[in-house]
Amino acid sequence: MNVRDFRHIGKEMAERPELRRFLSGQGRYIDDFALPHMLHAAVLRSPYAHAELRSLATAEARALPGVAGIFTAADLGPAPQPIPVRLNPYATLDPYLQYPLAAGRIRYVGEPLALVVAASRAIAEDAAALIAIKATELPAATDALADPPAALFPEAADNIACRFTDGFGDLGEAMQEAEEIVEFAFHTGRHSAVPLEARGLLAAFDPGRRRLDVFGFTKVPHFNRAVLARMLGLPERSLNIVVPDVGGGFGVRGEFYPEDFLIPFAAMRLGRPVKWIEDRLEHLMAANHSREQHYAMRLGLTRAGRLLGLEVQLVNDMGAYMRTHGVIVPELSAGMLPGPYRFTAYRCDVRAVMTNKTPTGTYRGPGRFECNAARERLLDVAAARIGIDPAEIRRRNFIPPDAMPYRLGTRALGEEVIYDSGDYPAALADVLARSGYKADRHAAPAGGPRRGFGIGCFVEKTGKGPYEGARVALDPSGVIEVATGATSLGQGLETMLAKVVAEAVFQAPERILVRSGETGLLQFGGGSFASRATVLAGNAAWQAAQELAGRLISAAAGRLGTTAGNLHLVPGAVAAADGNTLTLSELAHGADPLGPELAVTVYFPTPHMAYAHGAVVASVEVDPALGRVLPLRLWVSYDVGTVINPDIVGAQIEGGAAQAIGGALLEAFVYDSAGQLQNGSLADYLLPVADFVPPISHHDLGRSPSPLNPLGVKGAGEAGLVGVGAALANAVADALGLPAAVDRLPMTPERVWRWAQAVRAAA
Amino acid sequence: MTEPSASPRPIRVSVNGVDHERTVEPRLLLSDFLRHDLGLTGTHVGCEHGVCGACTVAFDDQPVRSCLMFAVQADGHRIGTIEGMADGETLHPLQMAFWELSGLQCGFCTPGFLITARDFLARNPDPSEPEVREALSGNLCRCTGYQSIVAAVLEAARRLRQAPPARFGKS
Repeated sequence: MNVRDFRHIGKEMAERPELRRFLSGQGRYIDDFALPHMLHAAVLRSPYAHAELRSLATAEARALPGVAGIFTAADLGPAPQPIPVRLNPYATLDPYLQYPLAAGRIRYVGEPLALVVAASRAIAEDAAALIAIKATELPAATDALADPPAALFPEAADNIACRFTDGFGDLGEAMQEAEEIVEFAFHTGRHSAVPLEARGLLAAFDPGRRRLDVFGFTKVPHFNRAVLARMLGLPERSLNIVVPDVGGGFGVRGEFYPEDFLIPFAAMRLGRPVKWIEDRLEHLMAANHSREQHYAMRLGLTRAGRLLGLEVQLVNDMGAYMRTHGVIVPELSAGMLPGPYRFTAYRCDVRAVMTNKTPTGTYRGPGRFECNAARERLLDVAAARIGIDPAEIRRRNFIPPDAMPYRLGTRALGEEVIYDSGDYPAALADVLARSGYKADRHAAPAGGPRRGFGIGCFVEKTGKGPYEGARVALDPSGVIEVATGATSLGQGLETMLAKVVAEAVFQAPERILVRSGETGLLQFGGGSFASRATVLAGNAAWQAAQELAGRLISAAAGRLGTTAGNLHLVPGAVAAADGNTLTLSELAHGADPLGPELAVTVYFPTPHMAYAHGAVVASVEVDPALGRVLPLRLWVSYDVGTVINPDIVGAQIEGGAAQAIGGALLEAFVYDSAGQLQNGSLADYLLPVADFVPPISHHDLGRSPSPLNPLGVKGAGEAGLVGVGAALANAVADALGLPAAVDRLPMTPERVWRWAQAVRAAA
Repeated sequence: MTEPSASPRPIRVSVNGVDHERTVEPRLLLSDFLRHDLGLTGTHVGCEHGVCGACTVAFDDQPVRSCLMFAVQADGHRIGTIEGMADGETLHPLQMAFWELSGLQCGFCTPGFLITARDFLARNPDPSEPEVREALSGNLCRCTGYQSIVAAVLEAARRLRQAPPARFGKS
């Protein structure tokens, strides 16, 4: 089937069915679930960043009417298990794993110390407040670059959990050849996804059947089921996982957290359903943080602007424990740092440093928001050094389209980085033309706020394997059901799968029933992360649906007394050349149970990720007197291969861009020197709002389908985010007129004001 | 002046045109009352400190943060929630515009935006885009980047100027 022949793929689908329920209050999020005799939990969290826990006095709390149970580390059994690493686990990370409740050492503010279960959430909170915490405070390590004041893990050698190196080529030789050396340090601030809905869980145990129902897992329900089953000593198949609607995921929600053990554990112990809904303060100190990285870079290049050697020291502040992502965030940074450019040699030495702050994990575009900003800033500094335009230094160093597939020489997520397709120069040329980059530059009147333009180019990894599955089946009603282990996080999964299956079985997308996430649907499931659902679940559904279409025609051939070659699928039926038809419902009802099943399961594997790419131009206005930055407009040109639903891809670009605006200009978790989180509310931790996010103009280049899968798709979930921080940082530096000034994100008013002072002093 | 008391109090509230009589703890938030006592779970709670706007409901036709009010404060008042916005199966023009222009992704913030925009368009039927952005700036959305929401509100405004809005629920 040629791409041009698609009837659904690539076309807009107005009034997407999956959105209907959300418009009238019929979405079903975790706090909308309730069970008879349900109890409510509250987590007692550490007020200390670093301390030795002496005792928890719970007698007064236990005596409060309505309290059903209080669990401390001692109540978890003689050999509690830590939460394992999900992605790229190394044994060397084991000493740094988190246990569900702290025992002995406390390592961050917000660490769970006890679980209180009561007749209502209010009573549970009242009881938690009655628990007396006796602890001896220790000095807190809050700066990954500073000498630590204390060892966080007495059994480990130091606070550096992991050191590794990525790169390629002979760096010494490349630097020898260099005519200019540019040194530049860059820092990205600690922030996170902050989905509008905080986390939650509801668990119920049926002791007679030894069946555990868990409502609220998402993202990776199969993995979480396996972890929970092991920790509770239950067979995996005794667990029934119900994935609710989700109020935003972005990488943070759905990983296995301490509460994901504690709530089911309490439900088993108490013999009653237990529900826990995270409040916002808890979320901001308990759910994964991300992004806190420090780059020290040394670039060697020729006077003509040809990039030679890049040497990087990267420090990633991991926070207090290794969570389910292990060290993949700095791995992704190191593996993707070269971006769309050719270097002769590259080396990145990484240190993953533990600190007394909330543990970290992935947030949409993990490692790439950071490394793209660091590299793109470095290029602007280098361009200024040799006196060429920022666009020109990029043009002179892009990996050309005829070099595809391009083996970069680094690794990411446990595999070699091989760019599969892409026209990087075209993306930049497109965004420059659309933005009027040259024409409008520095057009603002002198004396007032200053305007600047900045470029951010990126390559984006998508479609992480090893596999995802889809089962496509004929329902007796004549509807086609598609089930997958990928999960819906509000990203349009249902529409995507409905269109792909509709295309293959010649039915209307409205006649496709999409089911996702529940562990009972398929034996194996990867989940939704790393921009993988369309690449893996999409292609699995495509192949399964094509196979089912063949089976439907074969089955109908027997029933209609003709051959398959005379039949084709039409909406609702199989039709013969002579006009005879058999409806899909009739076909299903008459199916021979001993014949070929009218259902097909396909697991689509991929050994290598597909790489999307793009270029961003940001236009900003900077007021040097106030330090205020107003984003004026963003232009994004991107290529994500075949597009299933343009409206959804555009929405992902816009939403990602807005989140990057937050990370570049507003969002940062602020800690004091004692390790206390200073901004634990949405009044203090600032998210972008409607009158701050500027118009975002985006354009799909649509010329580089992935050769790695039948649909030619690449993931689009993170592409909108990963280049925008870079472009905004370069735009602010451009506005200030001092290329090297902007050395960190977020660009808060205080920092911008200081940079402006430095510019004035230099003048 | 009577002593403050923690003992439950009877209240009577009209929600989407239906009267409800309940006895509630004085500390029960209006948002929790709507969600858990009345089962109207379309009103969402995103921060419980009045910033995110997801819990916005119409209180005597004024948009308010239901997480910043107690249920007892609603005694004798009229509340409109997302469940009462459509006319039966017929969506309100704002809901329809959000659907057609995909002014939502995960849907969690959507009820708050719809209630806020409904009030805004009643007061300003022909707004400019900057006015829409300013009016919506008290509601947080983490998915859309606001582009499609702003477009949907402008489109709904155009349609509402041609057909007057209905009231919440039974009127």
